[in-house]
Amino acid sequence: MSVTAGAPERVDGHPPTGPDPRRRGLAERLLAVRELSLLLALAALVLVTTLRNERFLSGQSVKDLLLGCAILVILAVGQTLVIVTRNVDLSVGSILGLVAFATGSLFLAAPGTPWPVALLLGVALGALCGVVNGGLIAVAKVPALVITLGTLYAFRGVDYYWASGRQINAADMPRSFLRLGNQTVLGVPVLFLVALVVVAVVGYYLRAYRSGRELYAIGSEPAAARLSGIPVGRRVFAVFVANGALAGLAGVLYAARFGTLDAAAGTGLELQVVAAAVVGGVAIFGGSGSAYGAALGAVLLTTIGSSLAVLRIDPFWQQAVVGALILAAIGLDRLLAVRMAARLRGRSAHGA
Amino acid sequence: MAHDSLYAAPPVGAEAEPPGAGGERGAGRLAGLRGALGSWDAAVVAALVVATLLASATVQNFATGRNVQFLLLDLVPLALLALPMTLIVITGEIDLSVASTVGLCSTLMGQMWLSSGLSLELICVLVVLLGAVLGAFNGVFVTGFGLPSLAVTIGTLALYRGLSFVVLGDQAVADFPGDWTAAAVRSIPGTSIPVAVVPVLLLALVFGVVLHATPAGRALYAMGNNDQAATFAGVSVARTKFWLFVASGAVCGLVGVFWTLRYASARGDNATGLELTVVTAVLLGGVSIFGGRGGLIGVVAGVLLLGVLRNALQLADVDANALTIVTGALLIASVVLPNAVADVRGRLHRRRQRATPVAR
Repeated sequence: MSVTAGAPERVDGHPPTGPDPRRRGLAERLLAVRELSLLLALAALVLVTTLRNERFLSGQSVKDLLLGCAILVILAVGQTLVIVTRNVDLSVGSILGLVAFATGSLFLAAPGTPWPVALLLGVALGALCGVVNGGLIAVAKVPALVITLGTLYAFRGVDYYWASGRQINAADMPRSFLRLGNQTVLGVPVLFLVALVVVAVVGYYLRAYRSGRELYAIGSEPAAARLSGIPVGRRVFAVFVANGALAGLAGVLYAARFGTLDAAAGTGLELQVVAAAVVGGVAIFGGSGSAYGAALGAVLLTTIGSSLAVLRIDPFWQQAVVGALILAAIGLDRLLAVRMAARLRGRSAHGA
Repeated sequence: MAHDSLYAAPPVGAEAEPPGAGGERGAGRLAGLRGALGSWDAAVVAALVVATLLASATVQNFATGRNVQFLLLDLVPLALLALPMTLIVITGEIDLSVASTVGLCSTLMGQMWLSSGLSLELICVLVVLLGAVLGAFNGVFVTGFGLPSLAVTIGTLALYRGLSFVVLGDQAVADFPGDWTAAAVRSIPGTSIPVAVVPVLLLALVFGVVLHATPAGRALYAMGNNDQAATFAGVSVARTKFWLFVASGAVCGLVGVFWTLRYASARGDNATGLELTVVTAVLLGGVSIFGGRGGLIGVVAGVLLLGVLRNALQLADVDANALTIVTGALLIASVVLPNAVADVRGRLHRRRQRATPVAR
């Protein structure tokens, strides 16, 4: 391990979150640029697509787009909490699948269940999966990548074992619940509103709460965070539980939106989620990034998918574009970090 | 590298402690950990033997020649991909793009066979070279631009898989000559061991010798433990890692050829998701995700253990998809157990240390 040995280089890789107000201002400006550039990319994409086919901005098309990205946004925001602490949760796709199937089974077994109860139970089941992840990581002292790779398989296996080939159809679920997945308020899908609330809450928490700021400290340098009295183990545990709960929420919404469920729901979603966060400027090695950026990243990835179809580009290009975008995003991050480090060095040299 | 501790849980374990800061406590724990891992190879081999014996005794049709043939054939891609992955993980990096590289190589092979008119021999060679180029692309991003391999290879995982769909769409190329596809599944005459196992063994030997018996191999451990120290010791870290990614890509090309011929089908979704199984096998084999520890014997045993368990449970009528529980549980156990053992040893060690002055 080169926790200390790599320290000089690590400073390059992370905007410092130390007390120096000038440095913080610079770091924040850079992050703001990232969200701005995402918005610009999104706007350019929408503009080009609309010029090609004006119906891209019609009410129905926008509604489909917002519906399509809501679940990915929720997952990306949850993943941001985890990645900021220099961890990663690869099991979110499996948690989503498990919770979605559990929700369907609940309605199958007790058709009269009111949907808020199902929602709460789904979130609780997701949080329980998060407890398993967080518990194994924090108590057994095992890296998150490995543990969540294991639970990715384990949760999915439980899902398959439980489903044993069955499929749950929309007809098995109450109409009030399914309406949740497609209803709109003033033209905006309820699903997207839920996602917006999640983004706002997590974004505000990360920015304004002491424990939220501590997550960045943990991701920047775990050893230093612990020495400065931050309860690292407890925070990381909480982050995995929160991410599990959000994946559970996404699972319930998935069930409401698609209605037809089997054990394969959400397979492979974890990589899209990580991709959305990385494209959104969340540094994969922790310590920087925001929930807003991750949410924008998720919206951008979803929009690319839809506009490729409108632009008559072979839909098979979609995944390749996503991959290229990830590489571009991390390359850009690296470039910005190197430049900022150079500027900081220059400034401190002047000050001396 | 700045990112090589990114897989780490916050520093609750000994590894994450800055050298020196933990003092005696850290040193004791590290020694305990090393001791536990030293016997890990033996533990995996023992588990493999027990699992094989149990399966032969209790599962019908497990110990038949036909089943052994299919078990080994199914394991060829996993075993091949695990070899370079072992070396890469030992250096503290990871390559998540292997399965997508296999997919892209497979579709390129199909496309060339369909439209280029080249001989299949030449196409196979070209595919392996193409794999090496794809690996070099990873290598440039990781070593040239200094980006974390986890993020880079998640990017190329999506990129290469996407490109493999671009090459063939949702079509499949299946009209490969029958003698070639038959050769891929043929057994060594008189046995039920597939011919394809021979190149796997040869490659395993090469990788094993390089890793365990050459200065280059020792250098891999050195840079896995500490990049900077390795650099100061005269190891060219970036160049070595670059060539490891190239080797990984070339092996992916080889697996792409084998996969295409074995299933007589070049498709965009070939080998989807295999990267996670490869990583599981490597970690199960005792390689530390932190880098710097592990060996090829353990990994080969890990691959076989994974294959035997899955095959036996499948024969025992467990749903193939539910088998992922076994994969996941094995992976978790393989990382929790050594740490738990190290923890107990460390605690005992400290207690002895504390007890010694009193005894005097």
